[in-house]
Amino acid sequence: MAAECEQCGKKHLPPRPICDNCLSENFKWIELSKKGKLLTYTTIYVAPNQFKDLAPYSVGIVQFEKDLKIPGMIIGIPEDKIRIGMALIIHFDSIGSQETWHEWPRYYFKER
Amino acid sequence: MNYCLKGKPLVSIISAGLSKFGRHTDLCAREIFAYAAKEAFMRCPRLDPKRDIKALFIGHMGESYEHQGHTGASIADWIGLLNISATRTEAACASSGVALRSGIFAVLSGLADIVMVGGVEKMTHRNTDKVTEYLAMASDYPFEQWNGITFPGLYALMAKAHMHKYGTTEKQMALVAVKNHFNGNMNPKAHMHKEITIEKVLNSIPISTPLKLYDCSLISDGASCAIITKPEIAKKYTDKPVHIIGSGQASDTIGLFERNSFTSLMSAKLASKKAYEMSGVNPNDIDVAEVHDCFTIAELIAYEDLNFCKAGEGGKFVESGNSKLDGKFPTNTSGGLKSKGHPVGATGIAQAYEIYLQLTEQAEKRQVKDAEIGLTHNVGGSGSTAAVHVYRRD
Repeated sequence: MAAECEQCGKKHLPPRPICDNCLSENFKWIELSKKGKLLTYTTIYVAPNQFKDLAPYSVGIVQFEKDLKIPGMIIGIPEDKIRIGMALIIHFDSIGSQETWHEWPRYYFKER
Repeated sequence: MNYCLKGKPLVSIISAGLSKFGRHTDLCAREIFAYAAKEAFMRCPRLDPKRDIKALFIGHMGESYEHQGHTGASIADWIGLLNISATRTEAACASSGVALRSGIFAVLSGLADIVMVGGVEKMTHRNTDKVTEYLAMASDYPFEQWNGITFPGLYALMAKAHMHKYGTTEKQMALVAVKNHFNGNMNPKAHMHKEITIEKVLNSIPISTPLKLYDCSLISDGASCAIITKPEIAKKYTDKPVHIIGSGQASDTIGLFERNSFTSLMSAKLASKKAYEMSGVNPNDIDVAEVHDCFTIAELIAYEDLNFCKAGEGGKFVESGNSKLDGKFPTNTSGGLKSKGHPVGATGIAQAYEIYLQLTEQAEKRQVKDAEIGLTHNVGGSGSTAAVHVYRRD
């Protein structure tokens, strides 16, 4: 899901309380495709304590629509098979980190 | 007011100090800063610090490292300036770049004629996992930190994008490390005194691909400071002031993922544009530059954002030797964050300290001959803040 400003039409991912383009507070929810394109990636070998048990792990930035991008882990694809431009889908689930941080909705990227 | 000074000074640096960078096992941040401050006091015998310094701005990124916040008051006390107006500035790794700019605001406002600006960080007593976690606080929490993305991770995302778009190579990135270690080896205050080879960089352990251990700057303890004043009274305190003739600061989204480009930093482009315009200086006029090489890719992107070369040509630029000590754009003569070290809060003014030495011909073995115009480029986080300053010798 993303939020579309009802005043200027700008789409926001993540949603915000105020549109950074026109300062409106009025939004409607829009549903995005789960399919996206990988813009860039890396494989992290040295991780913070909360993610140490998962390392090495790959993360990337995935674009769903123009200007709508989010970062996340890439699960189930070996590092040498990951390519910029490849098609990925978003999957909503926990990635199993050990942290004790606040709860947020969890997701990761995997191959279509 | 739109400043276009055409080389006229905004403020003048009358003194500066830098602690040794490295591992200070027995000292905490306020003690390390005291050594930097003492050097600045000693360099400027005509100044009576207790009488003359009216305000302090101190860059400090993290209270987590020492469980010590409230850095302004604590530092003022420990350098003998108890009771003055003392303020901490925080913009991650650009914390002291913005301290310098805050000091400029204070002097230009007329509220304080003589101001100390500085920065400090004490990091080495924490293990790498903890430092990685603390540094990541400068990035977006719900999307970047929560997905396990580290700081090397963010710059690695930029590096991969740069390699993909422009064909930049790991070897070109390694050349930045080799150059900066060569320079740092001549800087007695650098954290690491060790020349390295391209092979050493390429064969070092992976941190976040394509960045390897020797692509990353050092976790260091250190402090930096400068004393600035109104240009018209600078000569009262020193015969050799260094003038700040351009200052620019800009911000960008906290999350790297929200930006249109992963191969350049809009904040650094905007900050440098402002600093160039204010000073009337062109990139070609720069004799010596200190840029924010937190990772080797960051220095390549800095060349491009500062217009030392065109977008995408950072790799070729370092290959050409242009950024070496004897090149056309000597960059990171101090050794940079890569070899001098990166106590994050101290870095911005440590860059100003190197330019101060260069423009007053005190940089010893790494002196750039006849250096007249200098530049510092200090970046916070993945580019969410950038502060760029242009300097001119008297």
